[in-house]
Amino acid sequence: MSETPFIVLSAILFTIGCVGVLTRRNAIVVFMCVELMLNASNLALITFARVHGNLDGQVAAFFVMVVAAAEVVVGLAIIMTIFRTRRSASVDDASLLKY
Amino acid sequence: MSSAAVLAAEFQAPSFEYSLLSPLLVIFGVAITGVLVEAFAPRGSRYLLQAVLAVLGVVGALVATVIVGLNLVSRGGGTAHGSIAAEGAIAVDGPSIFIWGTVLVLSLVSVLLFAERRLEGGVLSFAGQAAALPGTEAEREASTRGLEHTEVFPLMMFAVGGMMLFPASNDLLTMFVALEVLSLPLYLLCGLARRRRLLSQEAALKYFMLGAFSSGFFIYGIALVYGYAGSMNFAAISAAVSGRAGGEGLLLGGIALLAVGMMFKVGAAPFHAWTPDVYQGAPTAVTAFMAACTKVAAFGALLRLFYVAFGGARWDWTPMVWVIAILTMVVGSVLALSQTDVKRMLAYSSIAHAGFLLTGFVGAQQVADVGIGEITSLQAVLFYLVTYGFTTVAAFAVVTVVRDAGGEATHLSRWSGLGKESPVVAGVFAVLLLGMAGIPLTSGFTGKWAVFTTALAGGAWPLVVTAVLFSVVAAFFYVRVIVLMYFSDPVGEGPTVATPSILTTIVIAVGFAATLALGVVPGPVLDLAAAAGEFIR
Repeated sequence: MSETPFIVLSAILFTIGCVGVLTRRNAIVVFMCVELMLNASNLALITFARVHGNLDGQVAAFFVMVVAAAEVVVGLAIIMTIFRTRRSASVDDASLLKY
Repeated sequence: MSSAAVLAAEFQAPSFEYSLLSPLLVIFGVAITGVLVEAFAPRGSRYLLQAVLAVLGVVGALVATVIVGLNLVSRGGGTAHGSIAAEGAIAVDGPSIFIWGTVLVLSLVSVLLFAERRLEGGVLSFAGQAAALPGTEAEREASTRGLEHTEVFPLMMFAVGGMMLFPASNDLLTMFVALEVLSLPLYLLCGLARRRRLLSQEAALKYFMLGAFSSGFFIYGIALVYGYAGSMNFAAISAAVSGRAGGEGLLLGGIALLAVGMMFKVGAAPFHAWTPDVYQGAPTAVTAFMAACTKVAAFGALLRLFYVAFGGARWDWTPMVWVIAILTMVVGSVLALSQTDVKRMLAYSSIAHAGFLLTGFVGAQQVADVGIGEITSLQAVLFYLVTYGFTTVAAFAVVTVVRDAGGEATHLSRWSGLGKESPVVAGVFAVLLLGMAGIPLTSGFTGKWAVFTTALAGGAWPLVVTAVLFSVVAAFFYVRVIVLMYFSDPVGEGPTVATPSILTTIVIAVGFAATLALGVVPGPVLDLAAAAGEFIR
């Protein structure tokens, strides 16, 4: 079985996540797009683990999941605080700091 | 034999060099103890417990670092010495020890800045209750009851642990985990200012969003490099790169994506956009800590990743770093000219410094080319990081004492006439600014000298010319602040200089002394940097 389709799929997912981060306004959606990028990396890691026939990539995927979970904890806490203060989760509204 | 028995016979318990890793273990142990203190100690005693614990922890880790550093064994001839620990995950070598020492000393200074209570009238300069909304009854109540978040100390210790692990990691996975361990506590700390909380929360949001975005690039880069080399270990990657394993596209893509993640952390253009916003919005103690220690740790990791793992592909990544270095110097120096906020100006100055450091990084004078009395670019960058770290921490510490009714007076117009109000503070700040500008007899000059001469010896003269030109541009905006402090009349009531407790005074004194001492007698620290030798492979 060829591995190319999986790598292509992971690249497509990564690109969707990347474009999403750059274009979406809502902090939660931006954050979901970052998670999509991380999961695209997981797919690539697992595919390469199969190509090389060792387990490093699969172990790394587990670590990425744990790190992503920790990031969710911190990220949602920050987004929650901003939302409660400003009544909006739009990343465009938070614009006091500029130039 | 059953299959379970076969597996059990094959299984080898991993060996873990506890003594070599003791500095890391001490810091993480202190961080976890700090969490327990937060859970079990009564509120009244937490501040003292946490502050003492943090100081003792950092001092303990520093002692452990010195002991480990004195007992490193030579490895593979040359100037490299040290050992690979934790089953190949962590490299404890000369540069690691040097960076650990630098990060720990700067953290020790920053802990004192965190623990300052007199400037805010008996409470920490962090939000009394982060969950209370700004401007509400709950916030006023938290303020009258004198609540404070002593959690900042364990959070800081976790960040310090991450900063020590980051430059010492010897495989990509450890590096990624370390990156997150150092970043996540910093995202939270940025949002915890007591005053100007909207700015602080906004800084936390921006730092978090962009940080998470850049770590997405970092991990995809790891995946591609793993796909190329079939291993996460730096030695294996280096072997694959030298042997031209095939599939160069994967390698180049991986290097580029990893560089994006790294350049974000060091604050190099065009990935610098978060730096001014976060440095301005974050509590000043956190900014000082972040500006100094994160940059040291991130440059350590950058050097190890690119020299050890991708050293064989030097010709592929050098042009990219040239472009980034020049862009960073231009953006940092030019945009700093138009700043009206002192924290923001220092942020752009730190971007410019990242550019100067990248000049040393890419100039790449190797061990083999070094004449007698010369140092390699690795050692020059390490020395520059020390000089930069002390000056930066002290400069931000000075920012915390210049205040008005609304807290810190960070707008530059409030600083005019500071020389008349407080000659000592203005004088110290002037010396620190001259140090950053790189005037002779200050640490900035010796640091720049070390970095630029190695880059020149490495053949990167166009970069060095650019760097010198933009040092001049940078000197202009530093001097502008000095002129403002001494030759302008105060606007309105003028600035007031609050008297800090002994803690902040120590920070400013140490930074000031280091700025002058490293400028006049740089020898000992340069010797230390030279003794750090090279990375082990």
